[in-house]
Amino acid sequence: MAELPDDWEMVVGLEVHTELATSTKLFCGCSNAFGGEPNTNVCPVCLGLPGSLPVLNEKAVELAIRIGLALHCEIAPSVFARKNYFYPDQPKDYQISQYDKPLNGIGHLDLPDGTRVVVERAHMEEDTGKTTHLGGTGRIHGADESIVDYNRAGVPLVEIVSGPDIRSAEQARLYAAELRAILIATGASDGRMEEGSMRVDANVSVRRGPDAPFGTRCEIKNLNSLRSVQRAIDHEALRQVMLLEAGETVTQETRHWDEDAGRTQTLRSKEEAYDYRYFPEPDLVPLAPSDEQIDAIRASLPPMPAERRRTLLGLLGDSVTEAHADQISSVVDQDLDRFVTAAAAAGVGAPLALARVANELAGALGDGGELEEGTMVVLLEMEEAGEVSATQAKAVLADLVAAGGGDPRAVAKAKGFEQMDAGALDAVLDAVIAENADAWQRYVEGDDKLAGFFTGKVMAATKGQADGKAVNASLRQRRG
Amino acid sequence: MTARTIAEQVRAGERRATEVVEAALVEIATHDSDLHAFTEVHTASAREAAEAIDAAVAAGNDPGPLAGVPIGVKDNICQRGRVTSCASKILEGWQPPYDATVVGRLAAAGAVIVGSTNMDEFAMGSSTENSVYGPTRNPADHSRVPGGSSGGSAAAVGAGMVPLSLGSDTGGSIRQPAAFCGVVGVKPTYGAVSRYGLVAFASSLDQIGPFAANVGDAALLLEVISGHDPLDSTSLDAPAPSLVAHLDEGVAGLRVGLCKDLIEGASTEITAAVAASAELLAAQGAEIVEMSIPELHYGLSAYYLIAPAEASSNLARYDGVRYGLRVDAANVAEMNAASRTAGFGDEVKRRIMLGTYALSAGYYDAYYAQAQRTRTLIIRAFAEAYASVDLILGATTPTTAFEIGAKVSDPMEMYLSDVFTIPTNLAGHPAISVPAGTGAGGLPIGVQLLGPALSEERLLRAAAVIEKGRA
Repeated sequence: MAELPDDWEMVVGLEVHTELATSTKLFCGCSNAFGGEPNTNVCPVCLGLPGSLPVLNEKAVELAIRIGLALHCEIAPSVFARKNYFYPDQPKDYQISQYDKPLNGIGHLDLPDGTRVVVERAHMEEDTGKTTHLGGTGRIHGADESIVDYNRAGVPLVEIVSGPDIRSAEQARLYAAELRAILIATGASDGRMEEGSMRVDANVSVRRGPDAPFGTRCEIKNLNSLRSVQRAIDHEALRQVMLLEAGETVTQETRHWDEDAGRTQTLRSKEEAYDYRYFPEPDLVPLAPSDEQIDAIRASLPPMPAERRRTLLGLLGDSVTEAHADQISSVVDQDLDRFVTAAAAAGVGAPLALARVANELAGALGDGGELEEGTMVVLLEMEEAGEVSATQAKAVLADLVAAGGGDPRAVAKAKGFEQMDAGALDAVLDAVIAENADAWQRYVEGDDKLAGFFTGKVMAATKGQADGKAVNASLRQRRG
Repeated sequence: MTARTIAEQVRAGERRATEVVEAALVEIATHDSDLHAFTEVHTASAREAAEAIDAAVAAGNDPGPLAGVPIGVKDNICQRGRVTSCASKILEGWQPPYDATVVGRLAAAGAVIVGSTNMDEFAMGSSTENSVYGPTRNPADHSRVPGGSSGGSAAAVGAGMVPLSLGSDTGGSIRQPAAFCGVVGVKPTYGAVSRYGLVAFASSLDQIGPFAANVGDAALLLEVISGHDPLDSTSLDAPAPSLVAHLDEGVAGLRVGLCKDLIEGASTEITAAVAASAELLAAQGAEIVEMSIPELHYGLSAYYLIAPAEASSNLARYDGVRYGLRVDAANVAEMNAASRTAGFGDEVKRRIMLGTYALSAGYYDAYYAQAQRTRTLIIRAFAEAYASVDLILGATTPTTAFEIGAKVSDPMEMYLSDVFTIPTNLAGHPAISVPAGTGAGGLPIGVQLLGPALSEERLLRAAAVIEKGRA
């Protein structure tokens, strides 16, 4: 969407909560699994029963440090703190979080466009349960009753807080996408926004130009997809500009993004904001990871998305187009770049491999399914050698993904895909030209659009077995 | 009969646990309608446990170092399937689905829990008058309080209903009632005994500890409940200490500081009892040195900010949503407020408000943070003191047991009952109150021995010398 009018500029900072991919919760041995019958993954500790005490999950600490290192944060001795507020889905009516001494201090995240966004902190905390309001308004105010599922209570989270360095909704989306790719790359989170594994809140304010002081900010909650991050921020910034242009003021408050209505609404005002009364959690000891532990974790980190994009760029050499850049971002975000690097290592041309992985493979896997890298490499080799056409390769790929793997050559053979020799293609072309003499005449006279028409006819006549590129070459050759 | 003798005889097959437990149940039936030390007597389960111990002995197995010993457990220590209410209306009838670590250790040692003992609501108080079950009376004088907050545990042992009991000590809640009831009470080093299953009052100060009629039994019970617990992150990574074996090793060569800041303000008879105890130690070869730790005077103020601050957070969970009392109202927030208003007593509400205030934006630095700095000062002052003395001797309480009702209308006066015991909790150190005679009206007097972290063995040795010297 839209640029802001006149000289208005938006200032955005994002707070991203990510669930850590541990097998158990942050302070007890209950399973950290999404879903499940309500109130089955619970115990005295995560239910906050009187007398129960938290014990820190070491694996969660390791994953949190992985995130910190990937974001170039300063890993520091930290202290857990209690964030006190009453809410039914919070079993102890306080959340164990980190306050003035977070595990991961100042770091940064570089966006693909080169913008550096400061990461102020990435601290550990526990998740709450989930309240469902039934009847009446369906919201906390005015519902007939509320029911709570504590399965999520105590799930380990890391909250990553950016500085106010983002200047557009598009940039905010890029930040969230890049962060998501980093989280997935570290193995700390599955990054599934639709399941709430990654949740984004945005602090948005506007000001007149880059030198003006920051305006009053609003915090936008309920951003459940990258699309809603961008839409909500655009909408909120424009709302604030319109208020200010009308001579009104922006009220500091928390607002709820309504995806269906495409607008934000007041959730609670500053006056209703909680005084969290943070203080050090006396049931836990300070957390001070050793240099050895940090170094070991650092050594075990795989390459991050930025580096992986650079690797793919390197494979493409000098012939990088904008389409390539998009494909590179896309395959890295989807953690599919390993297919491209594997193919390139086997001698397949990088542009072909990149295009097939970014489009066909991503599409096929997007519907669910898996494929080994080696299988994809063989298929790409076949296509490059002309054993199958692009269209045939796509069909073989779909079958392979659906079956979770297999031998590409066997699949191609079973589907009757065999390389057409030049003689057979010539015969088909002769027939097609004879049947469409008028069109052929116009093509010869220079109506280039008809190339597609003839290619389509040949493809139909060969049931897709002809290689589109070979057909095109023949057409041009015959035209003279 | 001492707990050690009971256990020895039961282990040897010379006495049946069932007889011991029946005798305790008879004592409780005889005295507790007057004293009201117990909130609930677990007759059936105690009999079952005793039978199991007898069966084990008959089968040639050793039920453990507390075989057949009846014990009372304070009502804030979780017992699976037993009402654990902290003497509060808000937890009336609540039955935990799990055992506290110490409860498991008692069972593993062969002890038989015969009942839950009365206390000040959520351990907030010094008289056991703030209980939804009504007050407990002092066995030495039924018109007086037993002290608190572990008054039920102290009275149960003081009246001879059980040889042992467990209490919890946040600012003196074991030692002060021990002194009032004429029994031994130990507040262990912070982290020496697991807090898992102890319903929290002030997490950084709370410790479970033993009451016993004599020093040796207290040592035995402390051995059983001590030791690392992976379920408590603040549990020390140290094995349970050997205490009973060293009990008779005396105090020869120990330097004991007679600390004027833990004596001044005490009544004349208590001051005299402290001096007499010093002489008993000196007679056995301890060197007595007079000393002062002026920083201890800030203890009470720091404590009454830190403990309520932690309590305000620890007690937030009693909101009517998941367990305990719920008073229905128009919406969740009003239900929370109505339940808490109806469920908590005045003293608990007072401390929640105090603690909430101390942690609030704009006041945190002046109150909570300042109190923590004061706590650090006190810890440093103790460290400096222990560089030149091995133990510190002082009074446990300023007075002997007071009349029921005497201080309920004046919280500050009540808070001052703990002025000598609080500094130990702030430092996380161990201390013991040991009987040192009686004062006017035959009321028991206790003296207090303090030591650095993990000095329990030394403390018990010195307490044994005082106990033996008076005998």
